[in-house]
Amino acid sequence: MTPFSYTRAGDAADAVRLGAFGGAKYLGGGTNLVDLLRETIERPSALVDVAGLPATIEEREDGSLLIGAATRNAALAEHRAVRSHYPVLARAILAGASAQIRNMATVGGNILQRTRCAYFYDDEGSRCNKRSPGQGCDALDGFNRIHAILGASADCVATHPSDMCVALAALDATVHLQGPAGTRRLKLTGLHRLPGTRPDLETALEPGELITAVELPALPAGARSTYRKVRDRASYAFALVSVAAVLEADSGTVREVRLALGGVAPKPWRARKAEDALRGGPATVQAFRAAAESELADAAPLRDNGFKVELAKRTITAVLGDLAGVAA
Amino acid sequence: MSILDNAKAAAQGAAQAVMKKAVELAPDAWVPGGKPDPLIRSKHGLIGAPISRIDGPLKVQGRAKFAAEFPLDGMVYAAVAFSTVPKGRIATLDTGAAEAAAGVVLVMTHRNAPRMNNMPLFMTAEKAAGGDNLPILQDDRIHWNGQPIAVVLAESQEQADHAKSLIGVTYAQEPAVTTLAGARAQGADIGMFQGQPLKTTVGDAEAALAAAPVAIDATYTTPRHNHNAIEPHAATIAWHGDELIVQDAAQAVSHMAWSLASVFGLDERQVRVTSPYVGGGFGAKTLWQHQVLGAAAARLAGRPVRIALSREGVFRIVGGRTLTEQRVAIGAEADGRFTSIIHTGTIVMTRHNAMPEPFILPTRGAYAADSFKLEVEAVYMDMLANTFMRAPGEAVGTFALECAVDELAARLGMDPIELRIRNEPAKDPIEGLPFSSRHIVEAWRAGAARFGWARRNPAPGAVRDGAWRVGMGCATATYPYYRMPGGAARMKLTKDGSVRVEVAAHEMGMGTATAQTQVAAERLGLSMAQVSFGYGDSIMPGVVLAGGSQQTASIGASVMAAHHALTVELLKLAGNDSPLAGLGADEVEGLDGGLAKRGEPDRHESYVSILARARRDALVVEAAAPPPLETQHWSMHSHGAMFCEARVNAMTGETRISRFLGSFDCGRILNPKTAASQFRGGIIMGLGLALMEETQFDERKGRVMNPSLAEYHIPVHMDVPEIDVIWTDIPDPHAPMGAHGIGEIGITGTGAAVANAVFNATGKRVRDLPLTLDKLM
Ligand SMILES: Cc1cc2nc3c(=O)[nH]c(=O)nc-3n(C[C@H](O)[C@H](O)[C@H](O)COP(=O)(O)OP(=O)(O)OC[C@H]3O[C@@H](n4cnc5c(N)ncnc54)[C@H](O)[C@@H]3O)c2cc1C
Repeated sequence: MTPFSYTRAGDAADAVRLGAFGGAKYLGGGTNLVDLLRETIERPSALVDVAGLPATIEEREDGSLLIGAATRNAALAEHRAVRSHYPVLARAILAGASAQIRNMATVGGNILQRTRCAYFYDDEGSRCNKRSPGQGCDALDGFNRIHAILGASADCVATHPSDMCVALAALDATVHLQGPAGTRRLKLTGLHRLPGTRPDLETALEPGELITAVELPALPAGARSTYRKVRDRASYAFALVSVAAVLEADSGTVREVRLALGGVAPKPWRARKAEDALRGGPATVQAFRAAAESELADAAPLRDNGFKVELAKRTITAVLGDLAGVAA
Repeated sequence: MSILDNAKAAAQGAAQAVMKKAVELAPDAWVPGGKPDPLIRSKHGLIGAPISRIDGPLKVQGRAKFAAEFPLDGMVYAAVAFSTVPKGRIATLDTGAAEAAAGVVLVMTHRNAPRMNNMPLFMTAEKAAGGDNLPILQDDRIHWNGQPIAVVLAESQEQADHAKSLIGVTYAQEPAVTTLAGARAQGADIGMFQGQPLKTTVGDAEAALAAAPVAIDATYTTPRHNHNAIEPHAATIAWHGDELIVQDAAQAVSHMAWSLASVFGLDERQVRVTSPYVGGGFGAKTLWQHQVLGAAAARLAGRPVRIALSREGVFRIVGGRTLTEQRVAIGAEADGRFTSIIHTGTIVMTRHNAMPEPFILPTRGAYAADSFKLEVEAVYMDMLANTFMRAPGEAVGTFALECAVDELAARLGMDPIELRIRNEPAKDPIEGLPFSSRHIVEAWRAGAARFGWARRNPAPGAVRDGAWRVGMGCATATYPYYRMPGGAARMKLTKDGSVRVEVAAHEMGMGTATAQTQVAAERLGLSMAQVSFGYGDSIMPGVVLAGGSQQTASIGASVMAAHHALTVELLKLAGNDSPLAGLGADEVEGLDGGLAKRGEPDRHESYVSILARARRDALVVEAAAPPPLETQHWSMHSHGAMFCEARVNAMTGETRISRFLGSFDCGRILNPKTAASQFRGGIIMGLGLALMEETQFDERKGRVMNPSLAEYHIPVHMDVPEIDVIWTDIPDPHAPMGAHGIGEIGITGTGAAVANAVFNATGKRVRDLPLTLDKLM
């Protein structure tokens, strides 16, 4: 760990003022950032603790939900409105990490958690373009079982590891930001960047920008949602493949579908190709499988993760089948 | 006969000669393996009582002090920097920034480390305990990726960790062997284990295999595993002049004291290693470079040092289980009788250790067959020295052997349990010795009944429950009875009638202190409260390794010897005015706080009375256990029958274990509560071995890429079903207390039971561990 200063922000404005200094970082629950500090992968000169900022969950008249960025993951998953209206979100959160970590982790921190690529973590012994731009990538020909099959580049194949974000992507969530230049909103699906030639640039956030809240629009009445995570042990493991889905089907026809994948891409992967293929079409296992095929047509597997292509297809098909009530 | 077989026969002959002589010299009380331990007869006392661990309350209250919890005046904290290349020399090393950092007391590198000898390598001398025998900070050479290159001492752990990150180092790399293919290309040796080549030939097994009407011939692979005890390695180290005191996390205190003395050129008596509590050992809590580094830095800085490895540190410098590639071929008659058993293959080790994972050991005693060909070949890499890990040899050896037996059963169309019973040997199939105690058939029958084996559908892939395919599998568990030479104990009887027993043994969470207090109290005719059991200190008697599941027998034999000596002394003190007058030590036993004639409990005098009449405050005796001759007379093993029910998701290949049962034949169970925990713990570790455990060793650089419990998977609670354990509880008449050690057998057979259940569920035979979902999709 490199020495740093530590300040608790009183409110968002205070946080943004403190966070505007170069080398400052916001601190949520610390479950990811503190590990990265210990590994000296993150070396901020100042930590601005934002875990005390608003953690309220506001149910608004239009049916939407406004979630304070400091809301703990456990509190969000437990919230009555989330459990009844957005089961996909509650399930995604509960599928992640451990109870202890979810008690600490915040919504803002979860969104901005960094990849679990082993070569990214190995500051001393491995090359990583995300950590040290231009250095090269040891994951390309190394252990890449947990790495991306979609959206990766020749410079970086790391995945975004969050479960919660996959649900947020499927829910069309909007992220509220506040920065030195004022406030703005961004779709969650537009917040994370694909690596291209600059895997070190992970998000569309400006320096010093703070996540203040996440907004979930109401789901169409009659829509059902769920989350399925496939992993190497029953709990406490990151997703190999996960699927978040919202489906509104009516007498055998898909009215509305939103599908997002986790564990397969550098960002929570909204499966637009599959959605386009499905919308207005039949809600059948064959159609679901065909849509999954189209989404994964561009998949580029690596040494260890070829199985993810078929696994993702099967999981998409099964999850949509469950929501539509049609068995494989 | 091959040269090696000749050598082996000669060695055996020599051993037998020694044995004969030792039998003549053995003390009268207990010829090992001769007269059964009288304690076997006591049925309603403390032995076999489900007594809770005496260290339990201390641990849940946080009052049990572990190695990194001893505060010393003036103590400084250590952080270790590790190399990031597998081989070469340190080209440049810049410690300026680290030395200038806040709180730093010392940066020790090969430039300023004191001159030291290399660690004596485990198993190369009676008390050798070193994991490797490389120079430690004596030169600029790098031998593996992760080798310590510097130690920082600072006033706080955080300051030490930070300063460590400021060390600048570059390397002049040299070609390293870090791939299996590369290692093979350099040639192989027959592995040497405990002074014997790992090679056994009986008859012509290849010819018998070729002629067999039914056969299986397959290759099984198991990956590297790293040690992940809940307590990472740690030591608190202080010099008092030329005396070295180490509060360690240790499973071999006497070995470590001797080995540290040899590193620093001291007399053994100048080093004291204590270890009251250990958060799990499993074969890894021996001497690795960190204790040496800590002691050297403490000497250089003139301050006591606490060196507590990070989890990553344990992965970098404490060895684990090496990978294996095993061929198992079994030839059988149509009725299932084995005509040939071949178990051969390759393991990887280093030039600086002595541990060729002996995966053929379980095959030497498991089944009868007309011919055997067993052989372990070692190839060498530039890597961290591999080492012992719970049931070394057996854990992975039984995976291959017991999967092959299951595969053969399927070919024969036989029930796999019946196939095993059909090949039950009447005597040791290799050595020809009689078994001391072997009731595995009872264990199979009892286990099968309780598990509901009869409900298993033998057709693979036939049972489905919704999205899940369901199957049952079984496997034999087996582990030898060992008792190593060197056991000794001290007993001190005080005038209030209480006894303190001391043995330089270890409590690593297994329940040793509890069970041995029970045993000693029963032997002495005292209550638990009147007996205290001292252990974990190298100044106590005995050279007792907590390894090979041998502690129970080793302590048992030592305490028997001390008890005999105590009885002899007490009878002398009792003299002619005692009801015991005229009786010899073998005619009396401990009863109701004193001695009584066997079978005549009224001929009794209490310890208090004997000492009072003799005007003695205390009586102290010390005695050595007789050499372990019982293992020369009999083939001694523990056995088990493992049953698993697995559910495999038809869509994803995810495997979840829904039921597990272990049915054990391990002699007399001293304490069913602590024993059940040992069995279950072994099985849980076996589930990890079966389903998920795997060190990611990057062959490009010889570097471990998952040195963290987030990415190195072991079972979490949700991966572990309720585990049922039962046992025969039949005493082995040739073992002290009739008991066998039980620390390791639980992990044996478990991997195969899981793989066999997965096969029964899916029809897919996976021969490559771990059984991750991609192999089952
Ligand atoms: C062993 C382990 C297993 C895990 N398993 C899973 C899993 O299975 N699934 C899963 O989804 N996750 C998993 N996680 C990750 C966990 O979900 C994240 O660590 C957690 O969500 C991060 O939240 P935090 O509040 O602790 O973030 P912090 O660690 O505090 O911060 C993370 C990042 O977010 C930034 N940040 C925090 N708050 C804000 C804000 N308001 N505005 C702007 N930037 C901010 C910080 O500067 C930092 O860069 C696991 C973590 C561990 C350690």
